[in-house]
Amino acid sequence: MKNVKNHLKLIFPSLSENEALARLAVSGFLAGSGADVSVIAELKTAVSEGVTNAIVHGYRNSFGLVTLEIKLLSSGRVRIFIKDKGAGIEDIEKAMEPLFTTAPEEERAGLGFAIMQSFCDKLKVKSTPHKGTTVTMEKYIYKRNEP
Amino acid sequence: MLPTTEYCAKRRILSVFLKGELDHHTARPARELCDMALNKYRPALLVLDFSSVTFMDSSGIGLVMGRYKRMQELRADVLIANPPPQVEKLMRLASIDKLVRIVYTAHTASVKE
Repeated sequence: MKNVKNHLKLIFPSLSENEALARLAVSGFLAGSGADVSVIAELKTAVSEGVTNAIVHGYRNSFGLVTLEIKLLSSGRVRIFIKDKGAGIEDIEKAMEPLFTTAPEEERAGLGFAIMQSFCDKLKVKSTPHKGTTVTMEKYIYKRNEP
Repeated sequence: MLPTTEYCAKRRILSVFLKGELDHHTARPARELCDMALNKYRPALLVLDFSSVTFMDSSGIGLVMGRYKRMQELRADVLIANPPPQVEKLMRLASIDKLVRIVYTAHTASVKE
């Protein structure tokens, strides 16, 4: 735990109104960290996508708990876990293809993973059918001194 | 937070003013209002105004794409007006700007009357 500067764990039922709660948790958690404003905006979007996936796809035909865990590391990175115990993903590669969606009737754009990928430095998806899915994201939160 | 979406129709232009946070939870009521107004006015141009949208994820992309398809069926046009930087970034990431023109207007208030 010594390289973890701060830690938050939030467990909530798979209700769509909790998507806003998850975003608030991210911005609240990072508020005092000195993180770059645009990084916070990107992480909020990425978390919104991840939590929506858990609710829309993970618990599509069921109801359960979503766990959001955020760790602020001493390296200046934040690591975020979004966990559900829902349907799981049969084919992760396929699910991560841009524009692929299993819920077109809800006007899902099929861009969730693509957005998480481009707004984070690292993205990892672990899933077992009928057991659930865990998405792990990592991002450096300070302004980079790049041109 | 539910967006309290408003719209106004003038000649054959329908402007829809989206508000608040546009996510999976709030996209449905926004979409329903949009489609209700579309069916009522059958406009030649639909303007989706994002100036009061404070957050948007891919649900907003779905909303725009859905309206774009609907307007194509009606042989009508769509414009995206005044997206804030975070929203515009996401639209460009999703290449929506290749399909729907993004415009910035200074007369939001006058369209609204």
